[in-house]
Amino acid sequence: MTWRHPLRSRRALSVWLVIAALVLVGIWGVRNSGTWSRAQPDTSDRPAAGIANELSGDSARANPTISRGAYLALAGNCAGCHTARGGQPYAGGRQIETPFGSVYTSNLTPDEQTGLGRWSADDFWRALHDGRSRDGRALNPAFPYTSYTRVTREDSDALFAWLRTLPQVAQANQPAALAFPWNLPGLIEAWRWLYFRAETFAPDASRDAQWNRGAYLVQGLGHCGECHTARNALGALSGTPLGGADLMPQGWHAPSLRSREAGSVEVWTPQQAVLWLQSGLNQSAVATGPMARVITNSLQHLDLNDLQAMQAYLRTLEQAAATARTSTKSAAIDPGYLTLGSQLYSKHCADCHGEAGEGAPPHYPVLVGNRTVTQDSSINLIRSVLHGGFAPATRSNPRPYGMPPFGPLLNDREAGAVLSFMRTAWGHRAAPIEPREVNTLRGVPVE
Amino acid sequence: MRTVPPSASGPLICSSRSHGPGNRRMRALLLGIVLFIASTGLCAQTRTPEDSLAARVQACTGCHGPQGRATPDGYYPRIAGKPAGYLYNQLRHFRDGRRSAASMTWMVDLLPDAYLREIAGHFAQQHPPYPSPMTVAVGRDVMERGRALAMAGDPSKQLPACTSCHGEGLLGVEPAVPGLLGLPRDYLNAQFGAWRNGTRRAHAPDCMAEVTRRMAPDDIAAVTAWLASQPVPAQARAQAAALKARPLDCGGLDP
Repeated sequence: MTWRHPLRSRRALSVWLVIAALVLVGIWGVRNSGTWSRAQPDTSDRPAAGIANELSGDSARANPTISRGAYLALAGNCAGCHTARGGQPYAGGRQIETPFGSVYTSNLTPDEQTGLGRWSADDFWRALHDGRSRDGRALNPAFPYTSYTRVTREDSDALFAWLRTLPQVAQANQPAALAFPWNLPGLIEAWRWLYFRAETFAPDASRDAQWNRGAYLVQGLGHCGECHTARNALGALSGTPLGGADLMPQGWHAPSLRSREAGSVEVWTPQQAVLWLQSGLNQSAVATGPMARVITNSLQHLDLNDLQAMQAYLRTLEQAAATARTSTKSAAIDPGYLTLGSQLYSKHCADCHGEAGEGAPPHYPVLVGNRTVTQDSSINLIRSVLHGGFAPATRSNPRPYGMPPFGPLLNDREAGAVLSFMRTAWGHRAAPIEPREVNTLRGVPVE
Repeated sequence: MRTVPPSASGPLICSSRSHGPGNRRMRALLLGIVLFIASTGLCAQTRTPEDSLAARVQACTGCHGPQGRATPDGYYPRIAGKPAGYLYNQLRHFRDGRRSAASMTWMVDLLPDAYLREIAGHFAQQHPPYPSPMTVAVGRDVMERGRALAMAGDPSKQLPACTSCHGEGLLGVEPAVPGLLGLPRDYLNAQFGAWRNGTRRAHAPDCMAEVTRRMAPDDIAAVTAWLASQPVPAQARAQAAALKARPLDCGGLDP
């Protein structure tokens, strides 16, 4: 069984949505909701820094601009998308699944024919800041220029200078394979007209430098909102920034960073928050899914100052109003279901997580009060039990513990029962999980 | 909340569920205490994960069995006792896309080489006993063809004997050639299929891909039937080093 995202199952409706959206744009005005409140119109367009192309090797590493570019590439996790599995770093070719079809990341190495060899710093800035390729073509916003537009020209130039020092890899880019009607010419231009304006990051004068640095990283290169902000039917970031979103079709949930019940860092001390960003582990949480990749490939490499800045900014995000946690499902769950769950918990989970869910942190996560267990979205919880997995391998935790996948062992009812037990035991009041919810995610491959 | 009686100290409460007599209020009180202690993290201090590789790799033994001893009645291959270099190569193949099994790629996706090498070494050192082989229901002629291919190969098809690379006892050769016994037949068949369609690859030159190209489907069925039905001696170990020159050039044998 395959995951049927509502967008796909309603493709016909979506066609009409596009048409309707284009008609309505005049009424809507030029900007949609969901932008960062402190953005302001683009005013920066200073000339290129004039980076020499010859720099490489030791001289490159000694050049502060280039080493800064290398660091920024880590902060933006460029390699996370621009490197195919087992492929040459930054040569692109990784397939990115979107609700509209597949896109393939591009070759960022300085190869003349297939990479950025003929690009100038101006060209690169235009791609990052304005989402247009060297030939002026509008880039698919799967490349998150909706966030990168806030990156400064100075950082863009440093990134580009560093990319110029990479070994050239001849690997042709693959065109996107988008489903009708998303492959219609001009559609991305229309989308941009609706949803994208280049902007610059505007520091908040009422906040200190640390906060502003954090905001700049989170909203810009970190592109946190690309996952943590909800998208509308046309794939535009339309929800409250960092208010949480399901990642489809990948089958993960990016928790709200504005909810204490979900992913807000407010429940942690600054030290715990930094520890988590750096290692994916603290006394009450373990990163999994796409966030584990972000931590391994990007965040663990950032300076302590930057991690502290990010958490300081995230800490000040206005909390969303707590949703009433009433479940219509609870009544439908028979007591035998939870009894089964309790028995399965003792049999399969208690050895590591403890009979009372006390865990053995950080390696065997505490389940009592664990937000992956109790948050409204049960997607990550179901994924964790079905697929298990290792905590991120980082410099501070290079030999992580791993959890077995229980998907092969538990059927949908059993997995639903044990998770429902966890969500209702130990004072938890989260909604139980029905077997069909397990089944839906079982068919979605993990990546 | 009433004062906690001295007898209800942390470790006692933490140890397990209370099965003793007591009315509901007392149980509720105890539960409250457990929750309180758990939430303050005091309980956590009494439990520490065992600092061993066996504890770290429970993600592996969930499917591959305790010590990696998966038995041939399922699909998952036994990994216990396979040469460390072979296991290390496979972990990297899954991570880097040369082998295709979503659950394996997911597991090793973010693990560094050093840790993969350590995990491989751990399972290579495990030597739990092999169970009796499965009975494979094929005709005697098929079984005989399988035995002949494994032990002697087929010169007319330029097929080397399995033993010429995988060891005279077919239990593997250190450091990186796997043993072929004690595996589920479904798993063996699936590997030949994966080599045929390119979803299993090894480091170049990929000698098993070449061997597979030379094998007809009937040959594959015969050799997997024979391999899966062989008993494995109790003290079975991979051979220390290849005795003869290999018939084909293979990559990745010096990991």
